[in-house]
Amino acid sequence: MSRRREFLLTLPPLAWMMAFFAIPAGLVILMTFRPSDLRGGMGEGWSLETLKALAEADYLPVVWRTVWMSALTMVICVSLALPMAFHTVRVAETWRRWLLLLIVVPFLTNFIIRIFAWKTLLHPEGTLTQFLIRCGLVAEDVMLLNNAGAVLLVLVYTQLPFAILTIFAAAEKFEFHLLDAARDLGASPWQAFVRVFVPGVRRGILSACVMVFVCSLGQYVVPQFVGGPTDEMLANKITQRAFGDRNLPHASALAACLMLAVLVPLLIKAIVSRLSEKEVPP
Amino acid sequence: MKRSCLPSLVTLAVLVFFFAPLVMLVVNSFNASRFGGEWEGFTWQWYERLWDAEEVWDAFSITLKVAVVSSITAMVLGTLAAYALHCFRSWLQNLHSMLVTLPLVMPDILMGMSLLAFFLALGVELGMATIWIAHVTFCVSFVTMVVLGRLQDFDFTLLDAARDLGASPRVAAGKVLVPLLLPGILAGGLLAFTLSIDDYVITFFVSGPGNTTLPLRVASMMKGRNLPMIHALSTLMIASTFLLAALAFRLQRRYA
Repeated sequence: MSRRREFLLTLPPLAWMMAFFAIPAGLVILMTFRPSDLRGGMGEGWSLETLKALAEADYLPVVWRTVWMSALTMVICVSLALPMAFHTVRVAETWRRWLLLLIVVPFLTNFIIRIFAWKTLLHPEGTLTQFLIRCGLVAEDVMLLNNAGAVLLVLVYTQLPFAILTIFAAAEKFEFHLLDAARDLGASPWQAFVRVFVPGVRRGILSACVMVFVCSLGQYVVPQFVGGPTDEMLANKITQRAFGDRNLPHASALAACLMLAVLVPLLIKAIVSRLSEKEVPP
Repeated sequence: MKRSCLPSLVTLAVLVFFFAPLVMLVVNSFNASRFGGEWEGFTWQWYERLWDAEEVWDAFSITLKVAVVSSITAMVLGTLAAYALHCFRSWLQNLHSMLVTLPLVMPDILMGMSLLAFFLALGVELGMATIWIAHVTFCVSFVTMVVLGRLQDFDFTLLDAARDLGASPRVAAGKVLVPLLLPGILAGGLLAFTLSIDDYVITFFVSGPGNTTLPLRVASMMKGRNLPMIHALSTLMIASTFLLAALAFRLQRRYA
């Protein structure tokens, strides 16, 4: 009876995720081994053509850039999110509510609109560029848009709320008396922060790192709108193959590569959290 | 004991970083200048133009329809999933849990690409139905997580009490479980609704020609010359985000 109930309750969501998440994901890997079709679908039979084309097309610089950008975004986001989560947990209740609301609003604001906001700020005639020129900080003919710096800036902007909220969730459970104890024992505020607080929320930090890194790996909208032609990431190539050349197997092969790249940090996280579970004495 | 002021300075700097672009959008929506580099006087004209821009309102109505239908579907599926995951332990639930949590960490483009490949392989015509399927698929996981959080705080002895007082399992679920879980389910639905309105990447892959949602419309307007109109539209959207978030916070406080 209970078995049947379990089955009936599980079936609708499970079947949905199976049909529209697991099977399509498997299909992408499968499609790598199908020949392409000029009409934008896939041809009959099996072939290794796509893999050969992939090896010839020299994607290595793009892959490197993608990993680099994501790693930089991750480091910047986590180092800003740590002190911010630390502060947010320690302020009074009413302030904390306001702070959280202020962190959540940019997070919920439409993604495209946030990118647009930066595009207008960084535009040669935009407010930020004009302001910096007036302050004498940059040259008159500076181009803040369409370069790697702009891509990094906007990536950090879009990912930072994620990092803050993740670390905040961990910091909420942290015993803050431990910090007072450390201070009583003669630690400076900085030492207490680095040697007591940071290890205390390491799980949150790990989750934030993985989350930001993985989300950045798959970005294509940010480089497309604020980056130049030399700032394209792997995901930009996927859209170009899928919509520009209408070569579905080629796009699928790239997506399969991205999938592998995403699985590595996730596996690392799973292994680390399993190891640290064993560490904790019962 | 003296506290370092560095964390509060970082917090302040990050908040300025968060809000400066948004505030500039709002200011520029009333600015007569096209690029907003300089203030050239107050104007309502971008809002007037936005009011007359039919393609924007068409996109808006498509977005709303998709968001309402997908968040309701995701609410039902997500609640079922959360209940099953909370109450049962078996190999089936392990698989279930993996399938529900993986989309949370999967970059959008992979879901978009794989659904596109899936629909093309099946020969399904891209349109409203495919957008709906895609949106439900990425929303279910979020609803499940929110409801699961609520279930962990739920006192299951209340269900036993209802059964002792003579309620059938169905009545107990309908009159005790669902009403008490409702704030969580609604919070999940609200999250799904916002995510559905927000989505650009996945919709871009599965929408096909002629079904432009608001984010897709804004993105295509960004390439054109109607920039000040986007300022006006953005201001309205930021304002509604702020109101919705404040409302959600209120609700949470009342039921917490």
